[in-house]
Amino acid sequence: MIFYLLRRIVYTVPIMLGVAFFCFLLVHISPGDPLVAILPPDASVELQRQLMTLYGFDRSWPEQFFGWLWRALQGDLGTSIATGRPVADEVFRAVGNTLMLACLATLIGFLLGSLFGFVAGYFSNSWVDRAASALSVLGVSVPHYWLGMVMVIVFSAWLGWLPPTGAGPGGSDQWAWDWAHIQYMVLPAVTMSVIPMGIIARTVRALVADILAQEFVVGLKAKGMTDSGIFLHVVKNAAPTALAVMGLQLGYLLGGSILIETVFSWPGTGFLLNSAIFQRDLPLLQGTILVLAMFFVLLNLLVDTLQTAIDPRIQR
Amino acid sequence: MNDTSPLIDVRDLRVVFTGGKKPVEAVNGVDLTVARGESVALIGESGSGKSVTLRSLLRLHPERRTRISGGIRIAGHDVLALGSRPLADYRGKVASMIFQEPLLALDPVYTVGAQIVESIRRHEAVSREEARKRALELFERVRIPSPARRLDAYPHEMSGGMRQRAMIALALACRPQVLLADEPTTALDATVQIQILLLLRELQRELGLAILFVTHDMGAAVEVADRFAVMYGGRIVEEGPTREVIRNPRHPYTLALMQARADGAMTKGARLASIPGSPPDLANLPAGCAFAERCAYAREACLATRPEAVDLGTGHRARCLRTDATAHALQHTEAQPA
Repeated sequence: MIFYLLRRIVYTVPIMLGVAFFCFLLVHISPGDPLVAILPPDASVELQRQLMTLYGFDRSWPEQFFGWLWRALQGDLGTSIATGRPVADEVFRAVGNTLMLACLATLIGFLLGSLFGFVAGYFSNSWVDRAASALSVLGVSVPHYWLGMVMVIVFSAWLGWLPPTGAGPGGSDQWAWDWAHIQYMVLPAVTMSVIPMGIIARTVRALVADILAQEFVVGLKAKGMTDSGIFLHVVKNAAPTALAVMGLQLGYLLGGSILIETVFSWPGTGFLLNSAIFQRDLPLLQGTILVLAMFFVLLNLLVDTLQTAIDPRIQR
Repeated sequence: MNDTSPLIDVRDLRVVFTGGKKPVEAVNGVDLTVARGESVALIGESGSGKSVTLRSLLRLHPERRTRISGGIRIAGHDVLALGSRPLADYRGKVASMIFQEPLLALDPVYTVGAQIVESIRRHEAVSREEARKRALELFERVRIPSPARRLDAYPHEMSGGMRQRAMIALALACRPQVLLADEPTTALDATVQIQILLLLRELQRELGLAILFVTHDMGAAVEVADRFAVMYGGRIVEEGPTREVIRNPRHPYTLALMQARADGAMTKGARLASIPGSPPDLANLPAGCAFAERCAYAREACLATRPEAVDLGTGHRARCLRTDATAHALQHTEAQPA
């Protein structure tokens, strides 16, 4: 188990390097001059060159890459062109916000998705199954930004129960675990949870139906297990795959929530990426992508480890 | 219940599966008894209803899609009348089952030891330590080498023979009176098969179990069974003491089954005898004898009515109108040089 873990951790190093290289490359081969956004239109060539030198854009790209990588390894992701603040600070504050939102959304999605999935799997081909399946297909296929706007219209504009946008009263940056702040999280989290809920429900339904058709369930009955006893066996058999799917979903939500974060003005990574792209803020873009990729890799590692702990058949 | 009454007593068992387009009559009036300490082999080809009969004794068929009628009494329990809780209490405690492929019949994500402990603690109020001690004794009893270590193994970590031993240990965990075995050696190597059969035989004698044993392998059945019951088309077509049925089969189907066996004396290049045609469609059974279509001795009468059992003495019965023809054919083939 320990060797397995060590091996997995060593494997992540080349993956991370590859990811760093490709995100550097992608950002640099895309057209557009990053400095245009902050320079006044009538800026002198002299000033332009000064800034180029300051950000290192005048050097060859391998030089830039290794310089950036070396500094990144020391925790320095450069300075944002747009705000002039260190990229690392910006990214980690955004990651914190996104992580909170994504975890809550995944948790809601996982709980409801598992519930629907189990009910549908146990009563497969009944009306309950069809209703749960329809709901999950709806969850996967409804455009989430649209759902977000509908939620805002219903719960903020009509009912006035919850605030529509932001991450705290008065647009404050400081997060606190009190209702004044948490209420800002409810709408985006619920909207976001619809994505993993649909996928997890479908996965769990297929898993449960498959497990219930297996011979060992008959074996459990034959030794006198009651339905609740058999249920525990089904859960333990379904858990590894369901957890893996949940982990992947959390990974997607960490980076893939640009639309929802934009709709709700939630100051997370999606929001940050969005503004970095529009402002051609290369250091910020690069840093954000790198950190997100890191999270994805680490999350996969965590999920694989958990799976190995639950399912003995997976090679250690 | 006195000691002479049979432990397994099945009367006119009928099982119909109603899940498909047409109802499938898998078992059509099976009468069967197994006494304490007796071992009976239920023999037949795929689709003869032997496994369905066996599984009915624990009511393992999906309730919604199955209609079972007739009577099943096992060790004094009226199995078909049990409610869901008493049924669960009965399963594994009074009668338990060994499956054909233990790799599929054991939960892959629990250790074998945990599954035995679970079974014991399901039926008896004992501590985990006590249950584990009993599991260890069971492993020793079924002769699994280094039993303490094997208790912590997962099913996929064991060899086929070892898994079947573990399955037997699991089945015996709550000291049942009746052991139902569903092709227990089919998935095993020939050398391991015989070991498992001998183990079953030995356990049966020591524990006084009643064993009902389903197989399509005559060779395996001879090793374990005191009595044979041959099934075809959902009915028992011939039954009797093992030696009697083997030496003196009186139903054409039994005779054909025995002739279709490959034995050591077969000469190289000789054709293996087979039964022409295919088993009857259980959703559309003929009015007469189900075997008549494939039978070499069939007459007009065979197609008209389902034959009743003919008593041939010493518990030997055959459901056939032409038992004399089979007897004659048998003498004829025996006279032929091998």
